[in-house]
Amino acid sequence: MDVTKYIVKDYITNLLKEGRRVDGRKYDEARPIEVVKGYAKEKSSGSALVKLGDTQVIAGISVGLGEPYSDRPTSGIMTTSAELRPIASPDFELGPPRENSVELARVVDRGIRESGCIDVDKLFIEENKVWTVFIDLHMMDNHGNLIDASALAAMAALLDARMPKLEDGKIISGEWDGKLPITCTPIPLTFAKIADTIIADPNMQEEYALDARLTITTTEKEVNAMQKGGEGRFTIAEAEDLIDKAFKSAKQVRKKIES
Amino acid sequence: MSGNTDMKLIKNGVRLDGRKPEELREIKMELGVLKRPQGSAYVEWGKNKVIAAVYGPRELHPKFMQNPTKAVVRYTYNMAPFSVDDRKRPGPDRRSVEISKISSEALTAVVETEDYPNTVIDVFVEVLQADAGTRCAALTCASLALADAGVPMKDMVVACAAGKINDHIVLDLGKEEDNFGQADVPVAITPLSKDIVLLQMDGKLTRDEYSKALNLAVDGAMQVYEMMKKTLIGSLNRKE
Repeated sequence: MDVTKYIVKDYITNLLKEGRRVDGRKYDEARPIEVVKGYAKEKSSGSALVKLGDTQVIAGISVGLGEPYSDRPTSGIMTTSAELRPIASPDFELGPPRENSVELARVVDRGIRESGCIDVDKLFIEENKVWTVFIDLHMMDNHGNLIDASALAAMAALLDARMPKLEDGKIISGEWDGKLPITCTPIPLTFAKIADTIIADPNMQEEYALDARLTITTTEKEVNAMQKGGEGRFTIAEAEDLIDKAFKSAKQVRKKIES
Repeated sequence: MSGNTDMKLIKNGVRLDGRKPEELREIKMELGVLKRPQGSAYVEWGKNKVIAAVYGPRELHPKFMQNPTKAVVRYTYNMAPFSVDDRKRPGPDRRSVEISKISSEALTAVVETEDYPNTVIDVFVEVLQADAGTRCAALTCASLALADAGVPMKDMVVACAAGKINDHIVLDLGKEEDNFGQADVPVAITPLSKDIVLLQMDGKLTRDEYSKALNLAVDGAMQVYEMMKKTLIGSLNRKE
């Protein structure tokens, strides 16, 4: 057990009781977002670095050839993987993905998949041959809220992504043929509940203190994915209220990712 | 969620399996179905069949995983290879790892973990037959198994899902509704305080549809809770 986390939890909780956050933000204020599209553009189809405060995540998109799922023979496919690289935090270790990285990847995947933002019908090539979109998330520096930073990086990288050039059924490496078809921009927002206070975009110290968190991914008019985490509870009223907050805050963030 | 709205899933307020929009599938519950574990339960929820067992509190190994302030609730959701149409490869996949994680968190919210520092309370759930809604059936079953084991809890955990099919918000999606519907919202609550301990959503819902689905799922969970109470009281009467 890590004693420091308990001390930090006490400190953060007491601070919130006085109405303050550790970095001086308002309860509903997210950290500044910085987006660098095409961060590693020489080889990958698409890439982006997203900084959410001090948290840094790099997303890379690879588009390759694959076989469709038998129940959707005319749709392209997508997969999302997340690696909590040991470079990002002393808490991350080498080895197979653990439950946190599995959950992270699945929450990011759900937001993108369910919003239909990748136009998978346009990724059909011919019978038994479709484009496959791989979204790979690399955690580089963990200062909290990896879910939002990862999902934003994934979205920015998708918007940056190009389609490989296909000749005689083969991919010509290094040559591109238009953009990956994207129809909308799902935006995730994670809220944390500490004691009875709800804050937006928890940083790492606030994550040590959180009782529960709720991630809500929305497009312009629809909610597409949600995930509650943590050992605490939300009231039904809170779960309703946070939806409105998510829709509202997503607008600004969407502009940033799309620009 | 494929959002394939071509498939007619509801017609004149009647669903494919004959249910009304706000109607649960048939649910059966039984306690103490296994002898070796401290507690166990069986739940049949439509065509879902799940069995849950509890071992512990017992010492947690390896030691560095122990928490000197409370017990760790470990939840293992496992689908039997024969539980689905196409055989599932045995062992944990990403989906079951995620379900195990969030279900463990949901149960930790109610178990009196402070009473048993340094220990683990192991909850194993085997899905023997899967037909949409297994995470809800499994978590409800696990909560019954914890009660059967006599593990002190502040409240039960009861789960139910609501979703959207052909633009209608309905309770407790069946298999076709899950495959061809537009959204699914699994929710687990603590019935005494009506707090949310598990909440997921995928698909497409407007603000108002979400609100309707959330509240419908909570109402559904409260109906399931009434069945849980009957099952628990029934088993106490038998033991006397």
